[in-house]
Amino acid sequence: MQIYLPIAELSVNAFLFLGMGAGVGFLSGLFGVGGGFLMTPLLIFAGISPAVAVATEANQIVASSVSGALAHWRRGNVDIKMGVVLLIGGFIGSTLGVWVFGLLQGLGQIDLVIRLSYVVFLGTIGALMLVESLKAMSRKRKPGGKLRKLHQHNWLHGLPFKMRFRRSKLYISALLPLGIGILVGILAAIMGVGGGFIMVPAMIYLLGMPTAIVVGTSLFQIIFVTANVTFLQAWQNQTVDIFLALLLMTGGVIGAQLGSRAGSKLPGEQLRGMLALIVLGVCARLAYELLSRPADLFSIATVLERGG
Amino acid sequence: MRGWGKGVPGSRIAFVLVALFLLSPVRPLWAQAVVADLSDHLIAVTTGFAGTKLLMFGAIEGEAADVIIVVRGPADPVMVRRKERLGGIWVNRHKLIFGGVPAFYRLASTRPVEEIASNRILARHGIGLDHIRLVNPVADDGELSDFRAALIRNKQRQGLYPSENGHISLLGNRLFRSDIFFPSNVPTGTYNVTVYLLRGGKVISAQTTPLVVSKIGIGAQVFAFAHRYSALYGVAALVTALFAGWLAGAVFKRA
Repeated sequence: MQIYLPIAELSVNAFLFLGMGAGVGFLSGLFGVGGGFLMTPLLIFAGISPAVAVATEANQIVASSVSGALAHWRRGNVDIKMGVVLLIGGFIGSTLGVWVFGLLQGLGQIDLVIRLSYVVFLGTIGALMLVESLKAMSRKRKPGGKLRKLHQHNWLHGLPFKMRFRRSKLYISALLPLGIGILVGILAAIMGVGGGFIMVPAMIYLLGMPTAIVVGTSLFQIIFVTANVTFLQAWQNQTVDIFLALLLMTGGVIGAQLGSRAGSKLPGEQLRGMLALIVLGVCARLAYELLSRPADLFSIATVLERGG
Repeated sequence: MRGWGKGVPGSRIAFVLVALFLLSPVRPLWAQAVVADLSDHLIAVTTGFAGTKLLMFGAIEGEAADVIIVVRGPADPVMVRRKERLGGIWVNRHKLIFGGVPAFYRLASTRPVEEIASNRILARHGIGLDHIRLVNPVADDGELSDFRAALIRNKQRQGLYPSENGHISLLGNRLFRSDIFFPSNVPTGTYNVTVYLLRGGKVISAQTTPLVVSKIGIGAQVFAFAHRYSALYGVAALVTALFAGWLAGAVFKRA
């Protein structure tokens, strides 16, 4: 069934995009991640312009993180105070990011920056996750290994503006979550991701938050940051395609439910190892495109007469 | 002709000559040498749009002749960028902007156009992918032709400059008809469909018919809303997403 996407200005097969939504939704349900880092490159591979892909994916993440955050909220797994501090950083970062996005679009370098960001971040996170899950698997085989401390004290704990986060049982500088929020906000705007794949490890390893409340708190922050990105992209760049977003949301909701059911039957370390391989796969594909000689060195773009 | 042309482009002289020809009351028959029309003057790009086909039909006057139909989309400036290797990765570096680039270009003819007329005649009328009229940017010749070729190649890849010529069938050297296909990504705007009548390698008559490609229905309304009230559209997109997320959570909690 063909459907015309009014903002992407493209006629596409609706089932293809429902299927993509369901596939990525399944993986995100399986691994407990947002899936934006998979969906945005997939949309670009499918012929949607990067600008529309990034903005529309932000809109979809709002929907998927709302249903995820609600579930965590009911179980009391959200640290509101921490979430709000992360959120303030997120607003600053995403506003900055949307502005930079528009600037780079005008310079013709947005594709490059999107791809480079993906390669750098997916490569780093994927490699770290793979090493971590391999270690966890080998630890499991050799029982009796010593327990790690919850978190080490280092220079990060000497920063000013200390704040008490009761729910997280932490007394740390507010600058830390604020900085993480800003970084994740910029990534959300430029890469079309929620940023959970950066924020969750940062919250666990940098802040030392208890794992149980990390996912709920990060989803809480992601709702508002992607909402800000959606609004700003729609307002300033007119790149949110509501039809495309609806297709992805519908597919994503169904896929995520199936995925989370399948995920409860698999052990955690193997899940993380598999996710690491997928992340590295996407990274390799994008890196290959940057490094190999393109089939056509030339590309074209319609020159927009702005302001009219 | 070259002697008194002196810097005035040949195409302009030709245009004046053709105009005089068509306006001349002495030979009214020549002005009517070709009569043609489209089966429809509006292509509605609706939500279910998957490309379409129009019929161009008409009649020619007099002895055996050739017919060429050229469909030209609205003209816009287009930026062409070239990638260069920089520190191992391919980066957009050099760019040129061409003016007056037709968003869509499609040719149909009774015979291959090279057999119908000389390159000079084809160039004068902008017939064929090699002869599309563009406003060239300032650049040296080699670079200009590289970028021009790249522009046409990219348009072809997008399916907007179909490389194979459409067919025109002639009935008893009098009536002609041709199907014109438009892909699903056809750009919106005002098109011109020009029918050229050629005899002995010369264009003896031409007729241009307008065609409008326009977004119609809910898709068009969404597009207009997104551009006219973009802040409100952003809010609507958000409310939709929040509602969808809440609904999904509520439905699957029970399941």
